[in-house]
Amino acid sequence: MAGSNPNAKPMDLTLKVWRQKNKDAAGQLVTYPVKGISPDMSFLEMMDVLNENLLRSGEDPIAFDHDCREGICGACSLHINGRPHGPERGTTTCQLHMRHFKDGDTITIEPWRAAAFPVHKDLVVDRSAFDRIQQAGGYVSVNTGGVPDANEIPIPKTIADKAFDAATCIQCGACVAACKNASAILFVSAKVSQLALLPQGKVERQTRVENMVAQMEIEGFGACSNTGACAAECPVGISLENINMLRREYISAKATSENF
Amino acid sequence: MILDSNIPEGPLAEKWDKHKFNVKLVNPANKRKYDIIVVGTGLAGASAAATFGELGYNVKAFCFQDSPRRAHSIAAQGGINAAKNYQNDGDSVFRLFYDTVKGGDYRAREANVYRLAQVSVDIIDQCVAQGVPFAREYGGLLANRSFGGAQVSRTFYARGQTGQQLLLGAYSALNRQIAYGKVKMYPRTEMLDLVMVDGKARGIVVRNLITGKVESHSAHAVVLATGGYGNVFFLSTNAMGSNATAAWRAHRRGALFANPCFTQIHPTCIPVSGDYQSKLTLMSESLRNDGRVWVPKTVETAQRLRKGEITVNDIKEEDRDYYLERKYPAFGNLVPRDVASRNAKLMCDEGRGVGASGLAVFLDFADAIKREGQPAIAAKYGNLFDMYAKITDENPYEKPMRIYPAVHYTMGGLWVDYNLMTTIPGLYATGECNFSDHGANRLGASALMQGLADGYFVVPYTIGDYLAKMPNERISTEHPAFKEAEQNVMAITNKLLSIQGTRTVDDFHKALGLIMWDYCGMARNAEGLRFAKAEIRKLRDEFWRDVKVTGVNEELNQTLEKAHRVADFLELGELMVDDALHREESCGGHFREEYQTPENEALRDDENFAYVAAWEFTGTGNQPMLHKEDLKFENVKLTQRSYK
Repeated sequence: MAGSNPNAKPMDLTLKVWRQKNKDAAGQLVTYPVKGISPDMSFLEMMDVLNENLLRSGEDPIAFDHDCREGICGACSLHINGRPHGPERGTTTCQLHMRHFKDGDTITIEPWRAAAFPVHKDLVVDRSAFDRIQQAGGYVSVNTGGVPDANEIPIPKTIADKAFDAATCIQCGACVAACKNASAILFVSAKVSQLALLPQGKVERQTRVENMVAQMEIEGFGACSNTGACAAECPVGISLENINMLRREYISAKATSENF
Repeated sequence: MILDSNIPEGPLAEKWDKHKFNVKLVNPANKRKYDIIVVGTGLAGASAAATFGELGYNVKAFCFQDSPRRAHSIAAQGGINAAKNYQNDGDSVFRLFYDTVKGGDYRAREANVYRLAQVSVDIIDQCVAQGVPFAREYGGLLANRSFGGAQVSRTFYARGQTGQQLLLGAYSALNRQIAYGKVKMYPRTEMLDLVMVDGKARGIVVRNLITGKVESHSAHAVVLATGGYGNVFFLSTNAMGSNATAAWRAHRRGALFANPCFTQIHPTCIPVSGDYQSKLTLMSESLRNDGRVWVPKTVETAQRLRKGEITVNDIKEEDRDYYLERKYPAFGNLVPRDVASRNAKLMCDEGRGVGASGLAVFLDFADAIKREGQPAIAAKYGNLFDMYAKITDENPYEKPMRIYPAVHYTMGGLWVDYNLMTTIPGLYATGECNFSDHGANRLGASALMQGLADGYFVVPYTIGDYLAKMPNERISTEHPAFKEAEQNVMAITNKLLSIQGTRTVDDFHKALGLIMWDYCGMARNAEGLRFAKAEIRKLRDEFWRDVKVTGVNEELNQTLEKAHRVADFLELGELMVDDALHREESCGGHFREEYQTPENEALRDDENFAYVAAWEFTGTGNQPMLHKEDLKFENVKLTQRSYK
């Protein structure tokens, strides 16, 4: 079956892939040639082809995280030619297609690099630090049941839309991987902004920002130095405005907090 | 075995309230003495685990993903139904109930569906309170749209990512309980067996996917919220990791599996582009609100188009067949999913399909763009159009989309009673993992509703009734039943690793998927199903002789993970075929070619098949045993579904 572009010719590529047995082992880039790659393949389908070849020759296939392959679950996390999720803006690795590469290209594939994201194996990293930051305050404290009717909380559309923009974060970690300091501030700010904007989240806004930022520091993420690389590489376009909002929230919380 | 659905007595509208009053309660001070295991942390699992924690139970939650936020509920796009009647357009709990029973082609249990419609309104309140950013009108109130065959606007939505926003709500509630210490979360951990003591579910055996370590966990009750089994087909819209292993291993331990042949093929997916394809991408069927489905009127035009002799824009209006509008004037492009899918297949079977493979139909937005302008269409569907363009390299604002049906959802699942308990005491199944609410076909925007209804509002009540009647003593994981289950898991793992054959796991999975798609997909017949059964058996034998799994157990080994899952799909696939073969009627997503009306619509046989087929496992390769739960319809009149 031909794809959407019947004139596209299959490509031969050279991959340099980070291989690392486990978190304690030393890793290295290993070179693999791949042949006959259709431009209509997704990047991960190209990895599938390579893995099937490795398996058939009895070699250990390359471990990488992936699940929905629709750009929403945030599992895929490849650093491709020095960029998180590769060369296309606003695109997760799973939605990156091989038509963005040329026959004969050499492609370097590495895991996210950050002290707070240790490598489990090959291209799979441990992003549980993100979960722990969310556990520190990324919620509204309501139990199931006993809540008001949904339309008793009217929210101006402009505010709701802004909160929504922040809520679209897929927790992939590209922001951390893009940052020279491995800062998680864009990720943290997205949740802080979403809930600070909405009336439901205002009650706990002070403790939330304090606790989430504190957890971020405990996890060993670096400091923000305003380069904006995070937002430039974010596959879902989380805006730097959220970082401004986080800073305002943080300063205002600290100014009134007993921890000041 | 007699299947007792435990439906409460009394009028439909009063059953749930009455039942909630009649169930036993666990004293608040005693709740901490009970442990509950929840497997799966999508909408049904995360909401249940969080709510159990809030109530005071000790919860252990497990997911195979690296974070609960990645569960496949996240990928749902379109929306969530609720009978709020905010639009004043005649919706009600009874209408949502009625639509769901009818849409399911009268193969769902009335009492469960009515309860689902009742609690649907609470879900929206809960999610808004959590900060879920649903779409809103300028006045600040919630927006609704009409969705997938409904004639009222009852669908709440969050752009094209309602699933992600609802899951993040449930995930945030779960996180709060994790922080409080009421829920202990085990990510990257896969359930591989169920442990039973004295005939009751008392724990699970899991494999740590990073270290390979096999561990036991004991509890007073186990809730499976592990999703559907669409990946039997290899190609589906499910996530790559979605699997049936937890449910299947519970089935092997005695939980009956109901209506396995009821699978949903979703009409609006991006067509297959090559044999390397790893999954199919769904585009929300909300697209059918504005898109018009068509194929060329004649086979000749379709052929010329496929060969590239003409382009789509060369085909004049009068040479296009808007077949859904033609055949179903009342519902047009908004007919239910099974009807839309089957008609696309019919067009392609006639030779009028488009795209290089001929396995696609057009979904055309030209009229909508002319009517409302491109910005309005972009505001509604921008992310879907972008996704389509990214995958196909074509611009849907200029050229109609090409779509084709793909496996999307499985209505079948573990049999549960009104309390969502399986045939194993203490084992519950919620969300897509159970069979209960959607009959033979699920309506759009109802999966999210069911997952959250089960997790937030149903199982937290019903599990209390079970726990209140049992002593709170804990069972040690040193109990022989745990050791036996651990050995069982290790035996399967060792067997998979020892074969060292020549064919890869994906190879077998793809072969199984093709058999299922060709013979147990959108249309089935007895001859094909018998052939499929023999083929699956052959393939399964070959799998256990010739599969190649590299590496060892004691490491992150994604090939081994897949091998466990495909081993189970190879058994479940055969059960689906058995079920499809035995059900000599057509209903909803189950279309038997022998049973159709003169107009090619599904022809039910209510006399003989108005029952739930619940299958008992009798050993691999043995004929499973059929148990029937008769469906009684006291509030809805059974009619031939008509969308004309």
